Amino acid sequence: MSEAPTIDNSETEQVHTVAIRFAGDSGDGMQLAGARFTDASAIFGNDLSTFANFPAEIRAPAGTLPGVSSFQVHIADRDILTPGDQPDVLVAMNPAALKANLMDLAPAGIIVINTDAFDERNLARAGYAVNPLEDGSLDAYRVLKVPMEDLTKRALEGSGVKGRDALRSKNFFAVGLMTWMFQRPLEPTLEWIASKFAREPEVKAANELAFRAGFNLGETTEMFRHTYRVQPARLPAGTYTNVTGNQALAWGIMAAGQAARLPIFYASYPITPASDILHELARHRNFGVRTFQAEDEIAAAGAALGASFAGHLGVTGTSGPGLALKSETISLALMTELPLLIIDVQRGGPSTGLPTKTEQADLLMAMYGRHGESPLPIVAVATPADAFEVVVEAARIALKYMTPVILLSDGYIGTSTEPWLLPDLATLPDISVPFTVAPNGPDATFIPYLRDAKTLARPWAVPGTPGLEHRLGGLEKDGAGNVSYTPENHERMTLLREGKIRGIAADIPDAVVDADDGADVLVIGWGSSYGAILAGVRRVRAQGKKVARIHLRHLNPFPPNLGAVIGGYRRVLVPELNRGQLSRMLRAEYLIDATSYPKVQGQPFKAAEIEAKLTEMIG
Amino acid sequence: MTTGAKYTRQDFQTDQEVRWCPGCGDYTILASVQNFMAEMGVDKEKIVFVSGIGCASRFPYYMNTYGVHAIHGRAPAIASGIAVARPELSVWVVAGDGDAMSIGGNHLIHALRRNINLKILVFNNQIYGLTKGQYSPTSELGKRTKSSPSGSIDFPFNPVSLALGAEATFVARTIDMDRAHTTEILNRAYEHKGSAFVEIYQNCNVFNDKAFIALTGKEERDLNRIPLVHGEKVVFGPDRDRGVIIEGGTARIVSVADVGIDAIHVHDATAASAGPAYALSRLSHGPFGPTPIGVFRSVDRPVYEETLQQQIHDAQAKKGGGDLAALIASAGTWTVA
Repeated sequence: MSEAPTIDNSETEQVHTVAIRFAGDSGDGMQLAGARFTDASAIFGNDLSTFANFPAEIRAPAGTLPGVSSFQVHIADRDILTPGDQPDVLVAMNPAALKANLMDLAPAGIIVINTDAFDERNLARAGYAVNPLEDGSLDAYRVLKVPMEDLTKRALEGSGVKGRDALRSKNFFAVGLMTWMFQRPLEPTLEWIASKFAREPEVKAANELAFRAGFNLGETTEMFRHTYRVQPARLPAGTYTNVTGNQALAWGIMAAGQAARLPIFYASYPITPASDILHELARHRNFGVRTFQAEDEIAAAGAALGASFAGHLGVTGTSGPGLALKSETISLALMTELPLLIIDVQRGGPSTGLPTKTEQADLLMAMYGRHGESPLPIVAVATPADAFEVVVEAARIALKYMTPVILLSDGYIGTSTEPWLLPDLATLPDISVPFTVAPNGPDATFIPYLRDAKTLARPWAVPGTPGLEHRLGGLEKDGAGNVSYTPENHERMTLLREGKIRGIAADIPDAVVDADDGADVLVIGWGSSYGAILAGVRRVRAQGKKVARIHLRHLNPFPPNLGAVIGGYRRVLVPELNRGQLSRMLRAEYLIDATSYPKVQGQPFKAAEIEAKLTEMIG
Repeated sequence: MTTGAKYTRQDFQTDQEVRWCPGCGDYTILASVQNFMAEMGVDKEKIVFVSGIGCASRFPYYMNTYGVHAIHGRAPAIASGIAVARPELSVWVVAGDGDAMSIGGNHLIHALRRNINLKILVFNNQIYGLTKGQYSPTSELGKRTKSSPSGSIDFPFNPVSLALGAEATFVARTIDMDRAHTTEILNRAYEHKGSAFVEIYQNCNVFNDKAFIALTGKEERDLNRIPLVHGEKVVFGPDRDRGVIIEGGTARIVSVADVGIDAIHVHDATAASAGPAYALSRLSHGPFGPTPIGVFRSVDRPVYEETLQQQIHDAQAKKGGGDLAALIASAGTWTVA
C-alpha cells in the first residue's frame, strides 16, 4: 500500500487538468458534493466538464454496488471537451463506491477513502471477501485513508448536531478536503451553504463546520502535504455561468418565446431525465410561462398542440418511452400543420431500459416512428450550453414552416454541466411569425391551407380572429383544407408535406467541416458525442495524423452541402451511442459506405475510444 | 344567457355536407347546439369545438366556429391546452361514449377533476357506430354485437356516476329528441364556471336503434323520466305519484302515497357532498326503466386556468415581469478578462 511519503513534498504542483470523481452511496450526497466543488472551480475560472452517474432507484439498498452514485468533474486551465476518460482522483465514501469505480481510475491515481465505512458489513455488502485496504490490492495507487465520519462527528461536537444527523455532513467534509487539495477558494461553498440553509441554522452550522474541518485536515496534517493547482483557463473574454443541459433547454425555451413574441405553454409528464425542464419552467410564472403537468404523455402532447392552435408556442418534453406515446399527436400536428416543439432527452432503452443512463438511440424513432408518411424536422443538441441556441433554432423552424419539430438531447447533456459564455439576448434572431388576421380567399373567405409559395407553410389564424373561423383535423384534405379521399389528392398532399420539410434544407447553414488538408477520413457525429469526438480528433492530430470532422445539428433535413462534403473523403466514420442509426441514414441518403462505430453501454464515449478507432482507420 | 340577436342558427352552419346516417340523433343535437349558440350570444370567433374520432366527432366540421377534429379520445387533452392558453375562449368538446370513456377515459376524468372551463358533450349511443357496431363501454351486459356474438361480458360504465367520481363540478343528462331540455342543459353548462359534463342519450338508428325507447317512446317516457329540478322534490310519473327517497346513501323509488310526500328527497344540485347526486345516478344503469334526467350536480370550485392566471399575476406583482438575462446570470457567474 502506498503511504503518504510517496507524495510528501510540500510543494504545490501545477497541473493542467485533473478529473475528480466523488463516489458514495446514493444517500451520501455525492451529486451535491460534486456540484459544490464544480461551482467553486467555475468561479475560480477553470474550464470544466462534469458527468453525473446515479442509480434509477431513489435509495437502492445502502452499501451495495447498485446503490453507488458518482459525480465526476474535469477541471482544466485550458479548453476541455469531456468529463475526462479516467478520473485522476477517486473519493470513495464506502467499499461499494471503491469497487464500482476503481477500474476507471487512472494508473497511479489518488484514492481518498472514508475508512469509517470499511467495516465488515459494508465490505460484505460490496462483495469484498478481504478488506482491500489491507490486502495490497491498492498498491498501485496513492491511497489516502481518512476516517471522515469520525472526524465529521468530532468537528460537530458542541454544535448541537449529533449522531446520524452529524454524519449527513460528511459529504461537505469530503468537499472541504478536495477544496484544500486543489487549492479552490472556500467562499463560493460557504456562501452556498449560508444561502441554501438560511432557514435551518443548525444544518448550516453543521455543514460549515464539516467543510472547514475537511479543509483544515489537509492544511494541518502531515499526510496531506501535497496540493495541486489548476490555473484558471484562458477562455474567451466575457461573463460565464455553469449550466446543465436541462437548465439551458428551459432557458432556451423561454428565449424562444421572447424571440417569437409568443407565450410559452410547456406541457409534460414527469419522466427521467427530462423532468428538470418542467421543474425549471414551473418556477417562472412571472415570465408568463404556463406549465401543465398532464395526466400522461399523450395528454401532454395534446395540450401543447391545443395551445399552439390557440396561438401559443406549444412545447412538450419527454424521454424515449414518452416520445413513443406522443407519436399519435405528433402526426396530428403534422397533418394539421401546426407548430409544436417536442423535446426528447434520450435515455437507455428500449422500454424502461436504463432510465438514468445516456443513449442516442431514439434518432430513428424521431425520424420514422410515426404512422403513415410523416416527415418532420429534427435537430440535436451537442453540449449543455448548446441547448440554449438549438431550442431557439427548433422553434424558428416550427413556426416558419408550421410543423412539429423534434429536438434530441440526452441524459448526459441534460445532467452535465459546462461553463457557458452568457448569451447576448439582444442578438437573438427574430423568429416571430405574424398571425393571419385577414381573409385570403375569394369573397372574404379564409383558406386555412393556402400555402406560402416559398416555405409552403400554411397561414396561422388563431381563435378570436373574426371572420377566419375554420376547422382543422386529422383527415386528409385537399389544397384548400376540405376533407378529401380522392387517390390523386392524397399522393399530392403527401408529396407536398414531404417537400415542405425537404425544402428546409435551403434555410439551414451548411455543415462546418473541421478538416486537415489531405485528410482521408471524415468523422461525422451528432448530439452529445461532440466533446469526445473533438477530443479524440485533437489527440489524433497531436500524433501528426490528418482527419476531418463534422458535427451535425440538423439531422432532418441534412445540411445542403453534406453530400458533396462526404464525397470528398475516402472513408467516413460515424460514432454513435446506438447501433448505427445516423450511419444508416447517411448510407440511405448518400449511398456511401459509412463505417459505424456504435456504443451502447449507457455511458458517453471516451476520447480515448475515438482516438483508438480513428488511429486504426487512418493507419 | 344574453338576448343578443346578432346570430341565427344559419350563422353557425358550414358549407360542409352533413354526413351522418339519415335519422341519426346527431342531427337533432346539431340543430339544438346551433340554435343555442345563436342564443348564447358569444362572438363566434371566440368559440372552439374540439372532438376526437367517431360519428359524433364529425361535429366541428358542421359548426362555423373555430374547431379541431383531433384524435380518438384526446379531445379533452387538446381542448385543455386551448382553454388554459386562452381562458377567454368558449371551448366545447364533443365525444361519443367510446371516444370519451374508453380510449379517452383518462383524459376525460383528469379534465373534470382539474375543473378546466370545458363544456364536454358526450353523445352516448351505447355502441360503436363509425366502426360499424361493436359494443361500447356503455353497452349493457349480454349485448350481442359483431365483437360480442355470445353477449357482452364487459360491465358498463354509468357515465354520470363516472363523472361524479371524477370530481366533476357540473354533471347533467339530457336526451337528443328533447330539444327544449337539451337547450336548457346547454345553457346551464355554459353558465357554469369550470368543466361541465353533459351526457346526451343519442339514438343510433343503424346499430343500436331504440336503445332509449324507455325515455323517448310516447307511452314509456312519462313513466320513466325522473326530472331533476333543483330545490324540488324528486317525483315522477304521469300522475307524479312516484318519488325517490335516499336512505343510508342509497336512492330508492317509492310510491309517494306509501311514504308520504315529506319523506321524498328534495334535489339539491349545489350540495357540498356529491353523495346524494351519486345516489340518484345509481337509480338506473342504462335507460331501461326510471332514469333521472337533468342537472345532477352544479357546484363552484376554483377554475384551473383562472388559478393559473392568478399565479402568473401574483408572481409578476411580486417579482416583476421577468428578466431572462438576469435569470441566466442568477446561478453565479465569473468574468474572464
